[in-house]
Amino acid sequence: MTDDRVPGIEPEFDDRPRGGVDAPGILPHSVSSDRAAGLLAPGAVLLDESTAGLDAGFDEYGLSGASRSQLSTVVRRFLRDPMAMIGLGTFVLLLLGSILVSAFWRYSYLSITNTLNSPPSWAHPFGTNSIGGDMFAQVMKGTLQDIEISLLVALMAVVLGVAVGAPAGFYGGKVDSLLMRFVDLILVIPVLVVLIVLANIVAKETNNWFWLAIIIGALSWTYIARLVRADFLTLRERDFIEASRALGASDSRLILRHMLPNAIGPIIVNATITVAGAIVLESTLSFLGLGIQAPNVSLGLLIDSGQDSGTTEWWLLVIPVIFLLVLILAVFFIGDGLQRALDPKKNRVRA
Amino acid sequence: MTDATLVVDDLHVDFSSGDGVVHAVRGITFALAPEEVLGIVGESGSGKSVTALATMGLLPKNAKVTGSIRFRGEELLGLKEKALAKVRGSAIAMVFQDPLTSLNPVYTVGWQIAEAVRAHQDVSKDTARDEAVRLLKLVGIPDADHRVDNYPHEFSGGMRQRVVIAVAMANDPTVILADEPTTALDVTVQAQVLSTLKTALNETRASLLLITHDLGVIAGLADRVLVMYAGRPVEIGSVEEIFYAPSMPYTHGLLGSLPRVDSDGTERLRQIPGSPPTLVGDRVGCPFAPRCPLRAPICDEQEPELRPVVFRPSADGSDGPTRVVPAHVDGTDHLAACHFADEVSTMPTASMFPDTSADHEVVP
Repeated sequence: MTDDRVPGIEPEFDDRPRGGVDAPGILPHSVSSDRAAGLLAPGAVLLDESTAGLDAGFDEYGLSGASRSQLSTVVRRFLRDPMAMIGLGTFVLLLLGSILVSAFWRYSYLSITNTLNSPPSWAHPFGTNSIGGDMFAQVMKGTLQDIEISLLVALMAVVLGVAVGAPAGFYGGKVDSLLMRFVDLILVIPVLVVLIVLANIVAKETNNWFWLAIIIGALSWTYIARLVRADFLTLRERDFIEASRALGASDSRLILRHMLPNAIGPIIVNATITVAGAIVLESTLSFLGLGIQAPNVSLGLLIDSGQDSGTTEWWLLVIPVIFLLVLILAVFFIGDGLQRALDPKKNRVRA
Repeated sequence: MTDATLVVDDLHVDFSSGDGVVHAVRGITFALAPEEVLGIVGESGSGKSVTALATMGLLPKNAKVTGSIRFRGEELLGLKEKALAKVRGSAIAMVFQDPLTSLNPVYTVGWQIAEAVRAHQDVSKDTARDEAVRLLKLVGIPDADHRVDNYPHEFSGGMRQRVVIAVAMANDPTVILADEPTTALDVTVQAQVLSTLKTALNETRASLLLITHDLGVIAGLADRVLVMYAGRPVEIGSVEEIFYAPSMPYTHGLLGSLPRVDSDGTERLRQIPGSPPTLVGDRVGCPFAPRCPLRAPICDEQEPELRPVVFRPSADGSDGPTRVVPAHVDGTDHLAACHFADEVSTMPTASMFPDTSADHEVVP
């Protein structure tokens, strides 16, 4: 049996009830979660109680359906992972904040005020730029823009990557060759050059983040496709896949229900990397003056326009950079937490 | 045997490899009666597992399968994948060798049993789950109501194999194929798994094709035994016939390599010298001849056919003192592929193979 408890890989925070002697998997869910709730840090209790309530709901229902209780296990484990919760909290804060600020802040990102080049103040928390634009409104709008773009890109990359990689790895042979040559074709296209050309045509014409995201997404799914294919190539040789086939599972059932969940860890990690990559790529394009165009804003565009004044009006550069970094880190944390929560072996009690 | 559930008729399986064609199975024929347990024994590479996989239609694409495999008269060879999927699991279920790898690590055992049920029966999730709990109880998983939500890695090897058996039972199959179900387990757990397998047979009234290289497992469970060597059946008969009147030197060799409870303990275990032949290319003569103590010129010229054994206890009493031949062993369904089968059937196992051990000190 493979033991994945390699020193250094196991996170030092695990979701076992501290000091408890019982294994969470062996007790009924409600018991273990209740017991764990009392032992967790005070900050986590609120969240934990909500899941305990969720569990009690399932118990009332007679714990119907293994998949449902499995889902609740994953949710509970995610909610108990401090790093994941920091990531999720930051992300939700950024998302809600940017939506609320875009809707309710007294200035819009298009507003031009009479205060030029003002450092952060009560009136303008993030200061103003050289033409009097309110940076708070602009940074939040840019953050929202980047979140929208990166999520759409990641979604596209995962869907396309799995749709191409899974059959390639599962069927092998001619299907594999054909699909992977197509992937190679996309891979050898110099992404930046294509983006520069396409973005110039599409984005400049429409000035629409949606099309920019579609272009980036259409070019960034290949890594996930190769990864999924490699995973499926090894998975299809595994005994439990043959066993499922011997039970009469169809190909699509094998791929979607038996193999994909086993490959979910690397997919999620790569999806988060794709999110970060999409933000960086969008920033790069905007920085080069090809992505989001003024008066629309994105973090990349703000960083681009802020760089000239970085030594004098520092807030124009530093604040968008910080937001970019925090956003990417938050996504990474969420991805890592999801991966931990989805791995059933992480529930294991150390002997 | 017209009412046989599973009939395998002259099955040949060839694999094309870089070195030439590998004849993994060269003409195996057997019929499995309802509720019968047929054991297939043989060394590694004798074609046991390939036979099982061919029956399930699970061989890789480079395998060339000829002959006939009929389930209740319906030909399985050449069936489309979709039609095969209907047969798999519901009519013929399989228990795999290694319970550590034959369960999906990301799903609870309950989900996996329910999944097997739902693959063939249109039932609700709750019903499938109840069925999973019932099956887990049946195969002797303690606290099944709670264990149903555990993942495979939370079970021991023996318990996992019981779960695998529960999965195989899920659709009340007519035939269960067990491919070395106890090989990956330690000896104390083997007995438990075998008794679980018996429970499963009683419950489902299924026939069992038991593939193993462990004659002890065969003796405990099987009604009939088929001995394979180099891709061919070399002897088939009831358990009594095989164990008390083995009629092929290879069977003698297998039995001679096992400790016997009914001997006085002074007998050394015998080994069969040499190793199994390569299955690449064509060969003339009996495949066992190079390792056979009774090798004669005819053995190198002609491969013996399977034919009925006429059991004749020798008049001069050369029957070994340790061999007790039950009266009902009459050789009617006892076939062996040896030019000297009739003679071999009366020979004592103990002296057939030379004692090749290095130390010859007398065992007190």
